[in-house]
Amino acid sequence: MAEKHNRRRTFIQAGWGILSNAYVRGFLPGGPAIYTGPLKRFCVPGMNCYSCPGALGACPIGAMQAVFDGRQRKFSFYVVGYLSAIGFLAGRFVCGWLCLFGLIQELLYKIPVPKIKVPEKIDHALRYLKYVMLSVFVFLLPFFFRSELNTGYPFFCKYVCPVGTLEGGIPLVLLNPLMRQSLGWLFRWKFFILIVCIIASMTTYRPFCKYICPLGAFYSLFQNASLVRMRLDEEACVHCGICASKCGMNVNPSLRPNSMECIRCGECINACPKHALSFGIKEIKPEKGELKGEMS
Amino acid sequence: MNRRRVPTAVTYILLAAAIAFCAFGAVRGETDIVLKKAVNICMECIGLG
Repeated sequence: MAEKHNRRRTFIQAGWGILSNAYVRGFLPGGPAIYTGPLKRFCVPGMNCYSCPGALGACPIGAMQAVFDGRQRKFSFYVVGYLSAIGFLAGRFVCGWLCLFGLIQELLYKIPVPKIKVPEKIDHALRYLKYVMLSVFVFLLPFFFRSELNTGYPFFCKYVCPVGTLEGGIPLVLLNPLMRQSLGWLFRWKFFILIVCIIASMTTYRPFCKYICPLGAFYSLFQNASLVRMRLDEEACVHCGICASKCGMNVNPSLRPNSMECIRCGECINACPKHALSFGIKEIKPEKGELKGEMS
Repeated sequence: MNRRRVPTAVTYILLAAAIAFCAFGAVRGETDIVLKKAVNICMECIGLG
């Protein structure tokens, strides 16, 4: 049952990743470097660099930074509204099911190398880092600085994001000799971040999602309010701890089924021997146990 | 920290507000900015700019 669930989730993650990067011509030598059609007006729900040769949509984090403009007091209504709507519908469901970079990290974690358990205090402190990334690198700095295209300056994309290096930088550099000639300190820095991220992903479950990802941070703000949510049947739950032991994000679903750290992958639902956990739609009257679960 | 459950009606109202935000942004041309950014190779994103 759990195996079947894992396969189905991997299939959906991979299928979505392929679908949103299906511009095959971008990967052909001599072809156009990236897709430039009208679909790029729309953002994909997960982290996916719009400079990936195959990308058909825009990265929501890059798009959000682009629209911010402090001089014209321009807020990014389009992207913030879009992401908020997804958040109110399903919270961090996207992280668990529709994020290609999340899948890549999960596959790296399957490589049989010794795993590292980050000490609880350090883990807890590092979790706040993604909110710093969101508020400073995605919201604040792009609001006050402009890029050459006269869009908001993409601070997070430029100095932090390993997704752009993996999905955009490396393929483009490999396909384009001119780009290879212009590699400098920034590429080396971003490549270093990517390598750290890859090594960390082999030893720790989804470290980028836990500690860095501003998109996960944004969606997490809606976990408490989202319509699709985790349900805990308190009468069925025997607090055996199996769900918590299966959770890669270090959540205890029997205490906090709608924790801000939960990516709603559903591993705990399959692990529960008493079938006490399930996905559900928020109802007008709170279910028994739901009130207890509303903790960060 | 304990958090109170957000009432379902509030979620629906906020969801409608989010969709309205999205539509408002689209109407005032923010999708053009997104398109402009996304159809050009983002040199900063890939580590070349």
